[in-house]
Amino acid sequence: MLLFLTGRILRLLTLLAAVSVLSFLLLEASPIDPVRAYVGADMLKVGPEQWAKIAEYWGLDRPLPERLARWSMAVLRGDLGVSMIFRRPVLDVIGERFLASLALMLTAWTFSGIFGFALGTLAGMKQGTWTDRLIKWYCLTLASTPLFWLGLLMLLTFAVWLGWFPVGLGVPAGVPAHEVTLADRVHHLLLPALTLGITGVAGVALHTRQKLVEVLQSDYVLFARARGESGLQLFRRHGLRNIALPVTTLQFASFSELFGGSVLAEQVFSYPGLGQAAVQAGLRGDVPLLLGVVIFSAIFVFSGNLAAELLYRLIDPRLRLKGDPCEQR
Amino acid sequence: MNSVNTLPCRNSNRRRLNRRQHTLLTIALAATLLFVLLGGALFLGEEGLSVNLNHRNMPPSLAYPLGTDWLGRDMLARTVQGLSLSFGVGLTAAGISAFIALVLGLAAALGGKRLDTIITWLVDLFLAVPHLVLIILIAFVFGGGLQGVIAGVTLTHWPALTRLLRAEVLQLRSAEFVLVSRRLGRSRWWVATRHLLPHLKPQLLVGFLLLFPHAILHEAAITFLGFGLSPHRPAIGVILSESMHYLSAGSWWLAFFPGLALLVMVRMFDILGDNLRLLYDPRSARE
Repeated sequence: MLLFLTGRILRLLTLLAAVSVLSFLLLEASPIDPVRAYVGADMLKVGPEQWAKIAEYWGLDRPLPERLARWSMAVLRGDLGVSMIFRRPVLDVIGERFLASLALMLTAWTFSGIFGFALGTLAGMKQGTWTDRLIKWYCLTLASTPLFWLGLLMLLTFAVWLGWFPVGLGVPAGVPAHEVTLADRVHHLLLPALTLGITGVAGVALHTRQKLVEVLQSDYVLFARARGESGLQLFRRHGLRNIALPVTTLQFASFSELFGGSVLAEQVFSYPGLGQAAVQAGLRGDVPLLLGVVIFSAIFVFSGNLAAELLYRLIDPRLRLKGDPCEQR
Repeated sequence: MNSVNTLPCRNSNRRRLNRRQHTLLTIALAATLLFVLLGGALFLGEEGLSVNLNHRNMPPSLAYPLGTDWLGRDMLARTVQGLSLSFGVGLTAAGISAFIALVLGLAAALGGKRLDTIITWLVDLFLAVPHLVLIILIAFVFGGGLQGVIAGVTLTHWPALTRLLRAEVLQLRSAEFVLVSRRLGRSRWWVATRHLLPHLKPQLLVGFLLLFPHAILHEAAITFLGFGLSPHRPAIGVILSESMHYLSAGSWWLAFFPGLALLVMVRMFDILGDNLRLLYDPRSARE
């Protein structure tokens, strides 16, 4: 296990180094001038001298290799620079925003996991019937639905027509920060999380269905049926135990789509999360923040994949014995 | 539920289309849609997009089937224009992506160990960052605008297909007819173009068709976020993101129909690609 973990951590480090350096070089190649992006609308008020001063302040007048080296050293010390939009250290911005996003993603993730698993199980057990076809059709349609459109429809239905939920933002407008209660936050979180969760259902449900169909076609299920098992008992004894692991693993490995989805959901509901910060950074040319988000999202995706792998090793004894000879106790 | 027989029993009273007929029908539908889109974009274009302040914010009616927006522009014309733009971007992106995947897949499988390592590593690298974040990064690097969107969508869709094609070539590489060909002194290039490419064609076609809806969805997503296309070119994403300002006033048709049109288009090409995949696969072709 220790060997495995060391290997993974090494892998993460090389991956991060590659992602960072490549992103840095890519951003350097961008035709968008960071100073111009920083100055923005005040373009006419800024003279050439001031322009040079700003470039010097951000260290933009140095040659490329030196900037890359300095930036890498700073990143190694844990300093990702200062965000141009927020005028605060990138790490602070990301940390604060990520907590908001995490609440959103976690709710959606749990919802899509439970609901998708239930739907997939139902479809798999009733394979070939109208229930199965309906669920399959629903999931496939859901998979081609643009998430932000679904979000807009939810917003229209539940926030505008029914008035059950606020139209957007992470907290009520015009209320001091210390008076915002947890209930307020949950109230604002629910609609975007639901949107994100509903979209996530499709993948889980289809995967669960497929795995369950495979299991149900196996010999041991044939024998179980011959013994007279059926319905819920059959599912609990033979279905659930065999599909639980692959489905959970898939759910962990879907962090990448989850993150992408949260970017869109946050934009629709103007929820102040990391995704919204990424969009802002991209639109307004905030290079340090964009770099930070790219690196951070890579770590996020990696940890999801790692969790999936660890889960497999912890739960499935076959893999543990085969994969790692030191592990045999 | 109790029966051991899990084969789906078909209702014999009603004639169901088999998969080939179903696929043909989808192709016909898709072709009609494309025709309407192209024709509509050409004929409706300029006239429908003109501003008509007497007909502002009208809900769907006979004269304006999809209603009008806050400037009195016909939403039907805007939707058709938006779809044709999305279609164009999707086609370009999926085409270039499939081409990149073909070249890299062939190179990885045939070009020796070192090249293979590099390409596999590159695929992993691209899959390590969330798709949408990567598109934002690349769109930014290309300076935004239409070329930014196209570059962003194109350069992020090849990794999965590359993996697939590489695996396919690796399998083909040790097939007997390839080995014999090599022994007979054929060059790698000859083997690649005469033996491998014909075998990859179905994979490539299906891969392209399945990439296409993805590319369109991502194009819509990235324009929705505000990257690239200007407000004067009604991409579906731009239409939807503009409609957000008018939702609280109750103008539901601004968001509902363009999104639905996008959904129908994406779903149709998804069905098409999936059916073709099943037809090309000898194990499921005769079902």
